[in-house]
Amino acid sequence: MYTEQVTERFKKPRFMGEIQEADSTGEVGNVRCGDIMRVSIKVKDDRIADIKFKTYGCVAAIVSSDYLCELVKGKTLEEAENVTSKDVIERMGEVPAIKTHCSVLAQDALRKAIKDYRKKCD
Amino acid sequence: MKTIYLDNSATTKVDPEVMDVMDYYHGQTYGNASSIHHEGKNAKKALGEARSIIANSLGANDDEIIFTSGGTEANNLAIKGMMYANEDKGRHLITTKIEHDCVLNSGKALEAEGFDVTYLDVDSEGFVSPEALEKNLREDTVLVSIIHANNEIGTIQDIQRLSNICKQHDVLFHTDACQSYTKTPITTEMADLITINAHKLHGPKGVGALYVKQGTAIKPLLDGGGHERKRRSGTENVPGIVGFAKAVELGMDEAHVNKMQALRDYLIDEILKIPHTRLNGPRGEQRLCNNANISFRFIEGESIIMNLDTQGICTSTGSACSSQTLEPSHVLMAIEDDPERAHGSVRFTISRYTTKEELDRTLTALKATVDKLRRISPLTEG
Repeated sequence: MYTEQVTERFKKPRFMGEIQEADSTGEVGNVRCGDIMRVSIKVKDDRIADIKFKTYGCVAAIVSSDYLCELVKGKTLEEAENVTSKDVIERMGEVPAIKTHCSVLAQDALRKAIKDYRKKCD
Repeated sequence: MKTIYLDNSATTKVDPEVMDVMDYYHGQTYGNASSIHHEGKNAKKALGEARSIIANSLGANDDEIIFTSGGTEANNLAIKGMMYANEDKGRHLITTKIEHDCVLNSGKALEAEGFDVTYLDVDSEGFVSPEALEKNLREDTVLVSIIHANNEIGTIQDIQRLSNICKQHDVLFHTDACQSYTKTPITTEMADLITINAHKLHGPKGVGALYVKQGTAIKPLLDGGGHERKRRSGTENVPGIVGFAKAVELGMDEAHVNKMQALRDYLIDEILKIPHTRLNGPRGEQRLCNNANISFRFIEGESIIMNLDTQGICTSTGSACSSQTLEPSHVLMAIEDDPERAHGSVRFTISRYTTKEELDRTLTALKATVDKLRRISPLTEG
């Protein structure tokens, strides 16, 4: 059901964890629906200097979180906000159709983190 | 990487002796049991012998056995066939919330046709209350269908007691014994209709049977040549049926059950040593001898089984993420309305071929998997 690429990334995610003294974190999802994602970011010169995730959920949820981190690291906050779930899925390669909703959540968590960060800066 | 197969409630490996007899009836003797030539007679003889073996295993007469394409068809035939045949008596069916999908969806299909269906609750270990059954019986109740041993959490119902209640009220009783057949006693004393199949006991896929007590009217679901005493049309799957009978002969051995029970308890005890784990279903004699179902807090089942799969270990989960409907297991949700428990559940089902070494390798892999996924989980700190 999952491609080799997704399985390989699932075995060795690169961005798992939590940034100590993060500039902002965003969390979405709930246990009832089966997915929770938390993204923490470190911002420097308006760019995402570092990003890590923690995810409760299926393989697609974990792998899409990891790919999102990879996609946005080094980008400006505005660029990062504009990364879509479609971009994440494209990076993941093929995912089962019923799993596409999982990769929306990682992006929602990131947007929440950026929004909170801006609020803090204002 | 060597496969460790712990998903024997999904299906099993076919026993080599079963394959041998099936090969013979595929390639050497392959007649249609309805043909009058010698090849046809050979097929008919083999079919009759297989039928006797299966009938004997249940304490039934040969003509009380209807061969089908498997458990799903047998359950459909039992439920719809009985409800359609007894419409003059009533249109009420009673079943439970923890049935296999083929029973639940037969119930839903009947509801769409105007039948009335009651789905009984179960307790926290998956048991149906005899009192609740009795309370829900009505004048127009035709049939009660209750799964013998649950396929997910392994709960074995007190089927004799439930059946006796139905008998007292002159209501027919059906049980789906696909998981329990050859693993815990099931006889014609315990039900008017019994569903069994082959591929859960090292027989072939695509073969099952329904026991129907003599004198019980049943409406066939398929129109055709009137095979199986006009109750199930379609050329008999002779190689499959002969393989089924062989699998039953090989499977009816208390030594297998004792071995599986000991391994099951070892597995359960060892897994429960992992912190934040919980057994789903009962312990001891009332649990299917090959089933261990455990919920792991803070992590999700599909991730667990996929991580085990990367190490060659096959298991299954009741998590929503692994289902086509994205709904958590209806069985786990029936024992407790706790989605985390359902999402974090993993089912390990062993067979007579399973070894302690395989379980030890599984336990090592499982501990590492749980540890890794809990480190990724936002629900655990640190």
